[in-house]
Amino acid sequence: MSIEILMPALSPTMTEGNLSKWLVKEGQDVKAGDVIAEIETDKATMEVEAVDEGTVEKLLYKEGDSNIPVNKPIALITSDQVATNNTNEAIKENTSKKEKKESIEPTKEPTKTILNNKEEKISLSKDQITMRQAIRDTIAEEMRNDKKVFILGEEVAEYQGAYKVTQGLLEEFGKKRVIDTPISEQGFAGLAIGAAFKGLIPIVEFMTFNFSMQAIDQIINSAAKTLYMSGGQINCPIVFRGPNGAAAQVAAQHSQDFSSWYAHVPGLKVVSPSTSLNAKGLLREAIRDPNPVIFLENEILYGLKGEVSNDKNFTIPFGKANIVKEGKDTTIVTYSIMVQKSLEAAKILKNKFNLDVEVIDLQSLRPLDSHTILNSVKKTNRIVTVEESWPFASIGSEIVNIVQQNAFDYLDAPILKVNSADVPMPYSSALEKLYLPQIDDIVKAVKEVNYI
Amino acid sequence: MKKLSKSDHLKIFSYMLKIRRFEERSAQLYGMGHIGGFCHLYIGQEAVVVGVLMTIHKNDSVVTTYRDHGHMIARGLDPKKIMAELTGRADGYSAGKGGSMHMFSKKNNFYGGHGIVGAQVPIGTGIAFTHKYNGEKNICRTYIGDGAMNNGQVFEAFNLAALWSLPVLYIIENNKYGMGTSVDRAAAGSDLYKRGEAFGIKGEIVDGMNVYSVIKAANKAGEYVRSGKGPYILEVQTYRYRGHSMSDPAKYRTKKELEEYKSSDPIEIVKTEILKKKIATETELEKLSKEIIDEIKSAADFALQSKFPSAEELYTDVYI
Repeated sequence: MSIEILMPALSPTMTEGNLSKWLVKEGQDVKAGDVIAEIETDKATMEVEAVDEGTVEKLLYKEGDSNIPVNKPIALITSDQVATNNTNEAIKENTSKKEKKESIEPTKEPTKTILNNKEEKISLSKDQITMRQAIRDTIAEEMRNDKKVFILGEEVAEYQGAYKVTQGLLEEFGKKRVIDTPISEQGFAGLAIGAAFKGLIPIVEFMTFNFSMQAIDQIINSAAKTLYMSGGQINCPIVFRGPNGAAAQVAAQHSQDFSSWYAHVPGLKVVSPSTSLNAKGLLREAIRDPNPVIFLENEILYGLKGEVSNDKNFTIPFGKANIVKEGKDTTIVTYSIMVQKSLEAAKILKNKFNLDVEVIDLQSLRPLDSHTILNSVKKTNRIVTVEESWPFASIGSEIVNIVQQNAFDYLDAPILKVNSADVPMPYSSALEKLYLPQIDDIVKAVKEVNYI
Repeated sequence: MKKLSKSDHLKIFSYMLKIRRFEERSAQLYGMGHIGGFCHLYIGQEAVVVGVLMTIHKNDSVVTTYRDHGHMIARGLDPKKIMAELTGRADGYSAGKGGSMHMFSKKNNFYGGHGIVGAQVPIGTGIAFTHKYNGEKNICRTYIGDGAMNNGQVFEAFNLAALWSLPVLYIIENNKYGMGTSVDRAAAGSDLYKRGEAFGIKGEIVDGMNVYSVIKAANKAGEYVRSGKGPYILEVQTYRYRGHSMSDPAKYRTKKELEEYKSSDPIEIVKTEILKKKIATETELEKLSKEIIDEIKSAADFALQSKFPSAEELYTDVYI
């Protein structure tokens, strides 16, 4: 009987891949452990080994076929090993259940970015590019513009970036400006801060922001405070960037959201993009800013495609939120990956409950655009904050404070916060889903402030 | 190395004495309540920074710990503005926002003054990185207290400096105690100069009470680093006469130990040398000493007459 070989997931957030090469032919016998194909993901090219023994019955995709979804059969193997079949069936059943779950992946639909400031006409690119590429391009453009800009971090050069954000940079700029570091966050973050004090413009990539905790003393005590402590003499033009928050099933130590940690600190600026367009605009602004900037990316958003500005000097000023959807009934204030979820919740709220929700993408967490939030609340009289971080002392908590202080009389309902659960991130996908804010949670909160 | 000239000898003497008189005056102002917070004095350690000063090039960089008053004086900074900073005045080097532990002068390539033990070591390594990146022939002297030599980021910095062959000279000021804990009680294998060996960084030990030994070693090490061979470590053995900070009675060491170090006082060594070489007479040195006392007194007067920062200054210099 036939066993299906499925397109494997080769990373926690992989959703599809390309079949770059078959290493077996139809009719060929394979043993467990034989390499049968090379699969290219957005991060790397990897070999796939046979788990079962038998004869290759059919190859379902050609070499060069791309965007094959994870868990799609790519080949059939004829085998008489019943026991193995059962295991395989079990796996298949499990994964198909997984597929049915609400996906935390970005919608395949391209996102439209509307910019708050409507007088500003942005000429948008014909092509859609991923946020990964938007970030990469911006780094490259700024490195071309200014020789003082360089990038360092773990695996940024020869490996081409743990998440392929720095792909091709080594080739273009050489090892003087694209620098692989040892796994030594406090050391290389401190070194980069020293370089910034002395006038260079380092971009520090943290493989993920979880590892920035190793360097947080340098970021806060050295980068954020030295301008003040030196009476304005020594500034620190530096960007700390990398994926922040949860990926998929990487559990407690690799899934933390640091938004409010860094936004707490005077001297730092903190921004978090949600689209390719604002990733470019905010990153260029960050690199050109003479202050230390924390640039919080999201691994799940790296593959999200969208238009970007054609203007090579396009920047988005910090402290300016973006109204991504206008509405009159309730304000949702959110940022990063939760912008997508909030927009999806908004659709449900419109279709099922006829609620017209306004969705504000903060983009910049410090400085925070209180003005746009307050104007919106004065119009809608109801507000829900949505973010991936823990609830205690979160960005949402600060927004609650701003709104109660400045728009108390406009509120028709208590402000609700949608956050992750107040526990360490669990590993199990079943619990992970409960931990993270879901579309339903947002819908529920908006209904609640509307007393529905 | 060039032989020291007569004026070199006198420069050494006056800088060391200026640091000592400055620190004594600081102690006095602290006692009077004009200086607050933490205040770490450099008395006893003068030969270290002044010895290194004699080997420094104009555009070389320096970064150090919170025991930084002497380092600033040796970098040629104005005692008036240093004292104004200690007393929290607007005319201080950090406009009254840094205080004793956090002083900087970008113009003079002096990058602090860092309050977190060990943090200045990756920073100094990054400043050296910049010298190399820019193709400059300058080096960064990064001072480290003996206490920091047990701090992880110091070794991360050593690794990076050796890996990338950065022009950084690490100078360990081993004054025998990290606050109240002696080196023997804190460091397994107390030969601190050997702590770069695993990274291939050469190190040597230097008598930090004798300025001439410091000059010789700092010159050799400085030129090694400047020639592009990568980092180098000097462990300069010294002694602080006072406690760790103003509030420390230093009961963890004996009076005998202190007296022994005082009997080989670094300034007396220079004075004896000058007299022996007949570079100046006792009377001339006394005159010089008097001028220094006057200079430091006027620095204190300047500081106390300087205005406190205005209320608006609270919110400036957070961002530029």
